[in-house]
Amino acid sequence: MKFINEYNDPKLINKFYTLIDKIMNEIGRPVKLMEVCGTHTMNIGKAGIRSRIPKKLILLSGPGCPVCVTPSEYVSYAIELAKKENTIITTFGDMVKVPNSKEEALKIFPKNKVRIVYTPLDTLTIAKDNPDKEVIFLGVGFETTIPVIGQVLLMAYEKKLKNFSMLTSLKTVPEPLKILSQNENNKIDGFILPGHVSIIIGLKAYEPLGIRGVVTGFEPLDILMGIYKLLQQVKNNEVQIENQYPRAVTYEGNIIMQNIMKEVFQVADTRWRGLSTLPKSGLIIKKKYEKYDTMKRFNIKEMEEGEPKGCQCGNVLIGVINPRECPLFGKACTPDNPIGPCMVSSEGACSAYYKYEQ
Amino acid sequence: MCLAVPIKIIEVNDIKAIGEIEGVKREVNVSLIPEVKIGEYVLLHAGFAIQIIDEEAAKEILSIWKDLLKKL
Ligand code: SF4
Repeated sequence: MKFINEYNDPKLINKFYTLIDKIMNEIGRPVKLMEVCGTHTMNIGKAGIRSRIPKKLILLSGPGCPVCVTPSEYVSYAIELAKKENTIITTFGDMVKVPNSKEEALKIFPKNKVRIVYTPLDTLTIAKDNPDKEVIFLGVGFETTIPVIGQVLLMAYEKKLKNFSMLTSLKTVPEPLKILSQNENNKIDGFILPGHVSIIIGLKAYEPLGIRGVVTGFEPLDILMGIYKLLQQVKNNEVQIENQYPRAVTYEGNIIMQNIMKEVFQVADTRWRGLSTLPKSGLIIKKKYEKYDTMKRFNIKEMEEGEPKGCQCGNVLIGVINPRECPLFGKACTPDNPIGPCMVSSEGACSAYYKYEQ
Repeated sequence: MCLAVPIKIIEVNDIKAIGEIEGVKREVNVSLIPEVKIGEYVLLHAGFAIQIIDEEAAKEILSIWKDLLKKL
């Protein structure tokens, strides 16, 4: 497939491993890099990259799996809404398996009650076809998905849909990066930055953070190029943001999508699983559109819930432990019977380790 | 969840386009990148095209790396 096969050439891939070995020898000390995005975590696992790089080069998985960082109470709100008689919940697939702190999940509901959609556009059709039901879309995501969710909300607004709303948990990437980069107990030498988030926010969004980072794509060669570029910066003592994904990412990002985000949402402090409440780290629906905000429409009182008992997802998400170091990993907690969200999503670090790195 | 796949645009009708990936046709909403043209590849995410893939940039970066790796 075009734009995929070229980045999977085994000969080139092998050469990159040689380059990485060489530069790690030159650096001569352990290096910790963090892949921020869950899709990177999954593809690093799939390509077996961790097992082929030197031991001294540690790749930590970061907080970039939207399902994983969605707080436990969000799942509880969704479950309560699903229990109401006149509701239909629509959601991306991964969310239905995510447990709250009581280990309940949306998957207990019948398929016509909690409907998995591939695009939030389908939600609008479901709302139109079911005028006597309240249709609630679970809008979870980072900057890649937020403009899509915003666009669908605007479409509902224009069509004056009366039975549609969104329960959102929307997070933005730059803020937690700043916090992670300042953690003295877990010094991270550089970040493999999320390619698809960066399409929207552009390279410019990372500049004020003062971090070492390379934006890259998701095929094995993309990831290896990104790692190598970061190692070059480490070796030369440079701190800058570089772009290894110019086929998709620009400096300014996508202005149309940035404008949709600004029109529909406003910046807010939000709760991240494992990272608690981070200032200005997410988006909520603006007052102008509040009739489409499920929290307002159903008058839901905000609460805070802890993690499922024994789950170390929080520490996994900030790279303090690796999934194998969680005592429940692979024993009580498996993809078929997940205890924490990091084992649920295919992009969660625990699930990626279970599948590819046992 | 930020997964996006390359897909070739074969038909555009205002904001609704048709894309083709390995012989399979799919509906693509192009309202977020209205400048898209037939024949271009886009990245498809949750039903929406979120970017036109820049073929020149793709070629250029690969050739830079290939040159460098040749010297190994
Ligand atoms: S293995 Fe399971 S219980 Fe342990 S941190 Fe991961 S998701 Fe939580």
